[in-house]
Amino acid sequence: MKWIKITETSNIPKREGRSVKVGSHEIAIFNLGDRFLAIQNSCPHGGGPLADGIVSGNSVVCPLHGWKTCLESGEVQRPKDLQSCVRRYPVKVEEGVVLVQIEATAKGRETQERMCTA
Amino acid sequence: MEKLIVIGNGMAGVACVEQILKHSPRFDITIFGEETHVNYNRILLSSVLAGEKEMDDITINGLDWYQSNNISLRLGVRITGIDPVAKTVTGDDGSTIHYDKLLIAAGSTPLIPPMEGTTKQGVYCFRNLDDTRALLERARPGVKAVVIGGGLLGLEAARGLQVQGADVTVVHLMDRLMERQLDYTGGLFLKRKIEELGVKVLLEKSTSEILGNGHVEGLRFEDGETIEAGLVVIAAGIRPNVELGRKASLTVNRGIVVNNYMETSDPDIFAVGECVEHNCVCYGLVAPLYEQGKVLAATITGNRGPVYKGSISAAKLKIMGVDVFSAGFTDDTVAGVEAVRYEDPSLGVYKKLTLKDGCLAGVILVGDVADSHRYTEWLKDGTDLSAQRRNLLFPGSAPDTGCDVASIPDSETVCGCMGVTKGDIISAIHEKGLQTLAQVKEATRASSGCGSCTELCKGLLKAVVPEFEEDQKKVLCACVPFTQENLREMVRTQHLKSVQEVLDIYGNGHGCEICKPALSYMVDMTWCGDHEEDRSARFINDRVHANIQRDGTFSVVPRMRGGVTSPAELRRIADVSEKYNVPMVKVTGSQRLDLLGVRKEDLPAIWAELGMPSGQAYTKGVRMVKTCVGTTFCRFGTQDSISAGIELERRLENLFTPHKTKMGVVGCPRNCAEATVKDIGMVGQEGSWQVVVGGAAGKSVRKADLLITVESTEEALTAAQLFFQYYREHANYLERTYDFVERLGMEKVRKETVYAPPAVREALLDRLAKAKALSRDAWLEREAPVNPTQFVQIQPMETIAL
Ligand code: SRM
Ligand SMILES: Cc1cc2nc3c(=O)[nH]c(=O)nc-3n(C[C@H](O)[C@H](O)[C@H](O)COP(=O)(O)OP(=O)(O)OC[C@H]3O[C@@H](n4cnc5c(N)ncnc54)[C@H](O)[C@@H]3O)c2cc1C
Ligand code: SF4
Ligand code: FES
Repeated sequence: MKWIKITETSNIPKREGRSVKVGSHEIAIFNLGDRFLAIQNSCPHGGGPLADGIVSGNSVVCPLHGWKTCLESGEVQRPKDLQSCVRRYPVKVEEGVVLVQIEATAKGRETQERMCTA
Repeated sequence: MEKLIVIGNGMAGVACVEQILKHSPRFDITIFGEETHVNYNRILLSSVLAGEKEMDDITINGLDWYQSNNISLRLGVRITGIDPVAKTVTGDDGSTIHYDKLLIAAGSTPLIPPMEGTTKQGVYCFRNLDDTRALLERARPGVKAVVIGGGLLGLEAARGLQVQGADVTVVHLMDRLMERQLDYTGGLFLKRKIEELGVKVLLEKSTSEILGNGHVEGLRFEDGETIEAGLVVIAAGIRPNVELGRKASLTVNRGIVVNNYMETSDPDIFAVGECVEHNCVCYGLVAPLYEQGKVLAATITGNRGPVYKGSISAAKLKIMGVDVFSAGFTDDTVAGVEAVRYEDPSLGVYKKLTLKDGCLAGVILVGDVADSHRYTEWLKDGTDLSAQRRNLLFPGSAPDTGCDVASIPDSETVCGCMGVTKGDIISAIHEKGLQTLAQVKEATRASSGCGSCTELCKGLLKAVVPEFEEDQKKVLCACVPFTQENLREMVRTQHLKSVQEVLDIYGNGHGCEICKPALSYMVDMTWCGDHEEDRSARFINDRVHANIQRDGTFSVVPRMRGGVTSPAELRRIADVSEKYNVPMVKVTGSQRLDLLGVRKEDLPAIWAELGMPSGQAYTKGVRMVKTCVGTTFCRFGTQDSISAGIELERRLENLFTPHKTKMGVVGCPRNCAEATVKDIGMVGQEGSWQVVVGGAAGKSVRKADLLITVESTEEALTAAQLFFQYYREHANYLERTYDFVERLGMEKVRKETVYAPPAVREALLDRLAKAKALSRDAWLEREAPVNPTQFVQIQPMETIAL
């Protein structure tokens, strides 16, 4: 699976997110200080831009109506017990550049493998 | 059913009827009231005059109460005669009605001392709603007002008139103010405090004549001196209304004489309130009237038993910043009475206790009334104080409401105004499951009078309902479990200069969308530039200075000060909108224009091409100042509202506040730009401005409260600035001014802003000036973004077909 070079790490400030369009995918990449994580940039509630949300620990809060999504598991944590989730993208950092991997036929979180880089 | 007629729809009469209803529904009740208003709280007229309460706020029982208790109410009817043989009363409307039992609760009438000219226009008493309304209409900046009488009522009237802007002098016959309650030294301390407020005091002045040709122009005193006055209030005492008692051939001295069961000399006629005399005493305060009412209710319903033993008069002056309390017998020149005193002129504190036979006989407190409740208890119980002689003036450290509350007996009156005992409150809490102070007020009436028992009521709630404490201590959120007040304190004293520091030291290290923006505001407000800014703690709106829309685009609202624009500005707005395909241009509800549906990456260019500063429509900060045309064009304008509004906006723009701050300035009371429903409003009057705060017309609608009335525009702007900075420093994050002023109470807000000592006011203005100097138009970040991708859409370094 190919790693795609996205941007220099300094372009994503600490505890903030930035969105990027790669082909048909719109991805939100977050800088958690000690690692980078990426999910789809669209809230399962109403499509809100998750990259613009406030980071709370390892979750992000959607700027539109406050749904809270875990950046690691992709699960929606608030509202509770919703069983809803967003797509995750593996991320790594190499030589000061953030890279993501896009699986051609990702079908949900079971098939995804979490990748964290320091 | 027996027919009960009540003469007087005032405080004592209706309170007594409330008690009667508690006993049994055996009467068919009719109440006659000469005033045209339903039963209201007369003691709060002082607060209405001082602008702290609206007339509508002081109703005790509305029409629905009379209806649901099947009481016939006859307002605007004066009873002119009683025939005790035929058992009828006659009204000035000509009607004659039969009664089985008659209750006289006619109150009293202001005493007019013998002098000439009291019927001139501009001479008022201060007794009822009509008087108060008239005074409110006439008191304004520039008016010279004289209050004749330096007792409780006179002083409260003086303060009220002064708050309305009048230049006030109190003229008093005696050698000291409130001589019925205070001794010479107490009077001296009080005089100093009153003068510090800016009210002039003339002692030992006997007025001989009110001067003027039709309308009052001044006063002449017996010593020949004169003083100018455009408004005179006579507050020289009261006279019980006893004429009806005489007509009914009842025994009458100064008041209608009643025995310990509240019976008059006629077995079917009873009397209560200021019109009665019990044991040679006529009372002029409400607490005794309630005690009388309870006894009377028992007697009249056939439960004769409880007796009225007389009351200890306790008086409290209701002027903010001037704490005066007096109770019992304070004259120590009488044999067998000795006095213990404490005075500190710099602090303005004076205390005197009189003792007789080892028990407390009376108390005078000026400047520090914290222990008044304890002294009242001692007075009532006749506690033997021999053992604590050394600590009388400072009985124990800061009174802990918790244990104070426990030591109060159930029968003890907690709320003197409404005559509610501790037992009443506790059983109401238990029976009705009350949880909040508001519910206690509603259910028992306690603390709905002068408000001095509020702390005790809270203490009772706390003691009985443990949840109440939590109700009080609302923590910011689970990440940093402290109240906002605590957090502000921590940020300041621990020198915490970034959001992350607060989260690391006092919280879970992460924070969330609730605490981060709040902490961000606190750190910024406290350190004002001398802090580490953390954009990630801000909501997206405050990172890109635009309001996020439902589709992820943004809106652009440029500042249009006072709602005034120009053809050139409009042309640029039109050009920009066309060039960037702005989907909608809309006139907002705040007198400006909104460019909706803009992409984040277009924001910097649009701002640059508009060449207008940010309107802060996306943030918790200064929104706008709406104005009306005022004297510039309007035929009714009395003030230049446009210039004043633009100036106000200039002085405050670019600053952040706990929640959004919206303002309005109008040229006359027609209020065309809705200033009285804004967070801060200025309402122009002929020759003055009213500065109002805490208004809202959003989720809740609230009419703003009067902060102060001043003559010049500069003074009005300063008052607005004082409140603005005070709100910035003391409100909780996301607390609009309408909640803020209610939480603190206008009294406190005024005391700590416009009526604060000059040094405090200057310090507030200095801190505001410092923040203002550091603030800047957020849209200038278009030239120097805080990080390279603040507005830019990130482009991947390699493209790939997917
Ligand atoms: C654009 C505007 C409506 C319009 O088309 O006219 C507007 C739009 C919004 N208002 Fe408003 N309000 C607008 C004037 C008002 C007014 C009228 C006024 O200011 O005189 C009020 C009532 C006055 C008041 O605030 O007391 C008003 C009371 C609210 C409230 C209720 C506030 C409250 O505590 O009662 C909210 C919600 C909130 O703040 O929590 C709100 C929130 C909002 C938000 C920001 C909702 C949001 O968070 O996204 C809306 C942004 C829409 C958007 O997508 O951009 N808006 N809003 C007006 C912008 C004025 C401006 O030029 O800045
Ligand atoms: C401005 C102000 C501030 C005060 N502050 C305090 C305070 O802080 N603490 C305190 O304890 N007390 C205070 N008082 C005093 C307190 O208000 C009175 O003691 C109390 O209202 C007396 O109640 P009442 O029912 O006897 O008389 P009122 O409340 O005066 O009621 C009597 C009613 O009877 C009506 N009436 C009279 N004659 C007739 C008739 N012939 N036919 C029909 N109706 C008639 C009158 O119009 C009046 O409405 C204050 C009073 C004023 C004016
Ligand atoms: S009233 Fe205000 S918040 Fe509600 S939809 Fe309209 S603009 Fe949005
Ligand atoms: S779109 Fe994200 S919470 Fe509604």
